Amino acid sequence: MSPLLWALIALPLGSGTALAVLGRRADRVAPGTAVAASAATLGLAGAAAVIRPEAAAPLLDGLPVRLAVDGPSGPVAVATATVTLAVLVFSSRGNGPGAARARFSGLMLLFSGAMLTTVTADTLPVLLMAWELMGATSWALIGYWWREPARVRAAGTAFLTTRAADLGLYIAAGAALAGGAAGGLDLDELPGTADPWLSVVTAGLIVAAFGKSAQLPFSFWLSRAMEGPAPVSALLHSATMAAAGAYLLLRTEPLLTASGWGGPAVARTGAVTAVLLGLVAVAQTDLKQLLAASTCAQAGFMVLAAGSGGVTGGTLQFLGHAAAKSLAFLVAGAWLTLLGTKALPGLRGAARHHRVAGAAFTVAALTLAGWPPLVLWGAKDLLLASALEHGAALYATGLAAAVVAAVYSAKALWYVWRPARGAAGEGGDSDAVPAGGAARAGGRALPAPASWSLAGLALACAALAVLAFEPARPAFGRLLGAGGEPVPHGWEMALSAALALAASAAVWRRAARPLPLPPAVTAWWGDWLRLEALARLLLVRPVLRLAGALAAFDDRVLGRAVRAAGPGALRAAGAAAALDARGPDRATAAAARGTLRLARATRRPAGGAGAGEEWLFDGLVRGVTSGARALGRLARRPQTGRLHQYLAQAVAAFAVLALALVLVAVR
Amino acid sequence: MLTVLVLLPTAAAAVLLCLPRRAPRAVFLGGWLATAAAELALTAAIWAGYRPGGGIQYEQRVRWIPDAGVSYHVGVDGLSLPLMALTCVLFLACAGYTWARRGTRRVREFAALFLFLQTTCLGLFAALDLILFFLFFDLSIVAMYFVIAGWGHRDAARAALTFFLYTFLGSLALLLGFIGLYLAADPHTFDITELTRENPLAGRAAYGGLVLLAIGTGLAVKTPTVPFHTWLPPAHTEAPAVGSAILAGVLLKMGTYGFLRIALPVLPGAWREYTQVFVVVGLVSVLYGALVALAQTDFKRMIAYTSVNHMGYIVLAFGAAAATGAGAEEARRLAVTGAVFQMVSHGLLTGALFLLAGVLYDRCRTYEMAAYSGLAGRAPVFAALTGVAAFASLGLPGFSGFIAEFQIFTGSLGTRPVETSLAVLGILLTAGLFLRALQGMLLGPLRLPDAPGAGRPFPDLRTAERAAVVPLLGLGVLLGIAPRFVLDVIEPASRGVMELLAR
Repeated sequence: MSPLLWALIALPLGSGTALAVLGRRADRVAPGTAVAASAATLGLAGAAAVIRPEAAAPLLDGLPVRLAVDGPSGPVAVATATVTLAVLVFSSRGNGPGAARARFSGLMLLFSGAMLTTVTADTLPVLLMAWELMGATSWALIGYWWREPARVRAAGTAFLTTRAADLGLYIAAGAALAGGAAGGLDLDELPGTADPWLSVVTAGLIVAAFGKSAQLPFSFWLSRAMEGPAPVSALLHSATMAAAGAYLLLRTEPLLTASGWGGPAVARTGAVTAVLLGLVAVAQTDLKQLLAASTCAQAGFMVLAAGSGGVTGGTLQFLGHAAAKSLAFLVAGAWLTLLGTKALPGLRGAARHHRVAGAAFTVAALTLAGWPPLVLWGAKDLLLASALEHGAALYATGLAAAVVAAVYSAKALWYVWRPARGAAGEGGDSDAVPAGGAARAGGRALPAPASWSLAGLALACAALAVLAFEPARPAFGRLLGAGGEPVPHGWEMALSAALALAASAAVWRRAARPLPLPPAVTAWWGDWLRLEALARLLLVRPVLRLAGALAAFDDRVLGRAVRAAGPGALRAAGAAAALDARGPDRATAAAARGTLRLARATRRPAGGAGAGEEWLFDGLVRGVTSGARALGRLARRPQTGRLHQYLAQAVAAFAVLALALVLVAVR
Repeated sequence: MLTVLVLLPTAAAAVLLCLPRRAPRAVFLGGWLATAAAELALTAAIWAGYRPGGGIQYEQRVRWIPDAGVSYHVGVDGLSLPLMALTCVLFLACAGYTWARRGTRRVREFAALFLFLQTTCLGLFAALDLILFFLFFDLSIVAMYFVIAGWGHRDAARAALTFFLYTFLGSLALLLGFIGLYLAADPHTFDITELTRENPLAGRAAYGGLVLLAIGTGLAVKTPTVPFHTWLPPAHTEAPAVGSAILAGVLLKMGTYGFLRIALPVLPGAWREYTQVFVVVGLVSVLYGALVALAQTDFKRMIAYTSVNHMGYIVLAFGAAAATGAGAEEARRLAVTGAVFQMVSHGLLTGALFLLAGVLYDRCRTYEMAAYSGLAGRAPVFAALTGVAAFASLGLPGFSGFIAEFQIFTGSLGTRPVETSLAVLGILLTAGLFLRALQGMLLGPLRLPDAPGAGRPFPDLRTAERAAVVPLLGLGVLLGIAPRFVLDVIEPASRGVMELLAR
């Protein structure tokens, strides 16, 4: 059934490219076309998840393209297609009248097609192709409002950071080939790589995955990516881009195990990211930034799962997070449009005035908080059960991260459900928009399609929870090809549920009186651990300095040396030619004369060269006269200062060298 | 057939020069366009009749200077055919692009010169005799000298002279090496196929090393690799757009093609001996080219330095291909195939970039990136195509550059892990510099240069300009998504090179 698989990736990629290329001309039809295309893609993805097709085509010498829907790729493909459809339906009425809808819809489809290819890729070359295409499309999407330099720069930061990590995949591909992985860089064959290379392959994949999934230390690009439109964030940071790295690790979990060190390293990084970026999320005062940091943290759970062998839990976390996070971003975007702010203090009361959006956001936030019976509660316990097998410390870190998740979710909820304050202004914390903005703009409502999207995603947050429990769980595990993974005990489920509820309740009660932390500390957390500043200081700035220094060197030293070397070389050549001319070797002299004539002939039409010749001429004369004096009368004759004659002399000099070669050869 | 392909442009040039100077522009440009189109059709016919894996085909050999072992010997194989096709595509694009230019002076001479230049390029790729190769090599320098000096910008004369002197001296080193090969062969010959078969310098390490030094230096100047690249930026900055496109797109390939056609097969022993030198030179060119490009403020100069970077990958791959070690054969072949593919890909993409840079100069008379901002608002098609070309050039998958660079990296890493890992950084640096250029020039609020055309609109690409640029980028996409039809031609040839190198 390979046509099905080809259609699955060709449809979004093709329609997206067409819309993007047509541009303004297709603005009117773009939203409808995009929704239709993504709906059809969802249908194809669903069919593919059931039929599990495979496809192959030759690409490079011995390195074919192979696609397959097997293991986690089926459900993840469906999730990608679903979120794409939901986001495109949601934004089909938005964007304002003058917006470049075709560009937006086209890039979204292209992006989702790249993600679908990543998900179904079975060999490294095609995986890398889709992987990098996703990065480039994200650049175009984040920089959607291209007239604003700050947004464009943010897009550049995001692309460069992820591409820096992507280099790991290039190295991994080379190492896998060097290590003799059979099957043309097939992902399933990677664990069979010979030993020193096995670690290189693992390291390369891990770096690339961490970069895409914004794990530490790459997290900062996700913060900058919030400069893009909210629907873009809803797609990029839920089921695609930021989750793609975690997906790759889940997909190549056997490789992590085979390497020995890969699994623990990945699990620890995931757990630490989940805690630290969770705390970063707590420190945010901007809803989108809070959600972005929470994406890193939630992806940290998936990474933790991949590192500790909990593929079922990790995949369920992927699916649940995709639904919840896209829902949350869509609502944040809707409020941004309706109320003109995404600052948390400015959003006070937003949920009260926009009941549909408020309810949807509540479902999303409670899902992220790990409340029972929503999906992430079950998913988290499933993956933490695997982590427990690798030690209590890992489990405890994961549990701490779950508590932090409950804290930031409750914080967001608290703000949007608080009654809007009066215009009197109780505190200085509402910086973006005057207090009470929510109440004033309350009259406008969401368009109908947007509500359908929200309702569907909210439903998914609840319904997916079924997969965490008997009898669906074993079937789900079999579908993923994962077997024998540990199952959480009752006490684990109860503990995590109790912690989530308790943390949420504590936040709800204490939110009005935040912890009295020093401003430096809150600023550090609020600024995403200053990771970006660090990267700029340690990497970007030195590289730019080096580039500047090398450019100066190139210009002033290397270029000038060559110009100075010219006269010197010619001087030497002149001397050699003079010596040569005296000798009996008439053939050389004749050759020189012939070349001279040729040079004169070619020189004649070059009228435009006068100025340049004068410039060179000066240098030559100065250099040459002093040399000529030293070399005496013999050398003086050929130094006419005529460029073409120097060239002829150079030819003669080379002829002498050729003679030397002759002697070597004859001997 | 090959001879017709090679000489037809010069014949057309002669005809054009016989026409009166006062004849309408359309006659000259039309003649050029028609010849270029006919050349492309001829190459397509040759490609259609070419059997992949069949060795050298369309071979033709005529005695020329029998006493000196020189003959007119031409033929095509999987190494030269893609480059000849690239040459014809680029020259056609340049002809189309010039059609759109109102301001080109002395159109008759311009067209004739480019037709002649096309002969030298095709002749070089077809040549199977060292003297023939050298002849076309030098004639291309002469022709390009006149293009830059005659139709360049302000400082063209000086840049053209630097270009001429530098590359001409390089070609003399090349000639010296050729003479060394000639003398080593028994009987003496300049024929490349005979020299390849004979491997005349096997077992003569010192002599082989000297000859490789001469040939390597000559080709390195043309490629160019660091530190022999200093002629390139001024030549590009001053050359007219089509001149730059041909210079970067085709002429630079003469250097790398020379390595593949002469240095590797004829001097396998010396190449294996000194392969480390080429790996390091390639790596330095990659990183140095990218870093210096990053610091440029002039768009065209920046592209010129990225050429140093892109050519560096090729030299690196050639160096890595020579490493000894069983089992890595498949990977090293991948590197060589990638290098040949990179020649084609770089020709298409950099050709397109230089033509687009020419549009910039045409509209506002400056290449300074700081002078522009937000061009996407005024000229969306120009901005879109420049963006696409930039992303293609930074090696984005879906374009030909990725297919080339992925093969080079993947194939080289096994034998040269440290150097290749460092060279991979090159694609990050190029990503950075192209993004910076795009952000500065195309995006953001609109700003155009003040002088001398202040307040002038920046008209979007004209139809003929689009017609010249879009096919180049279209081919870049085609080769990036469905590279098999070219790889099928290259792969048997690179297998042949590997076998010759293993002797």
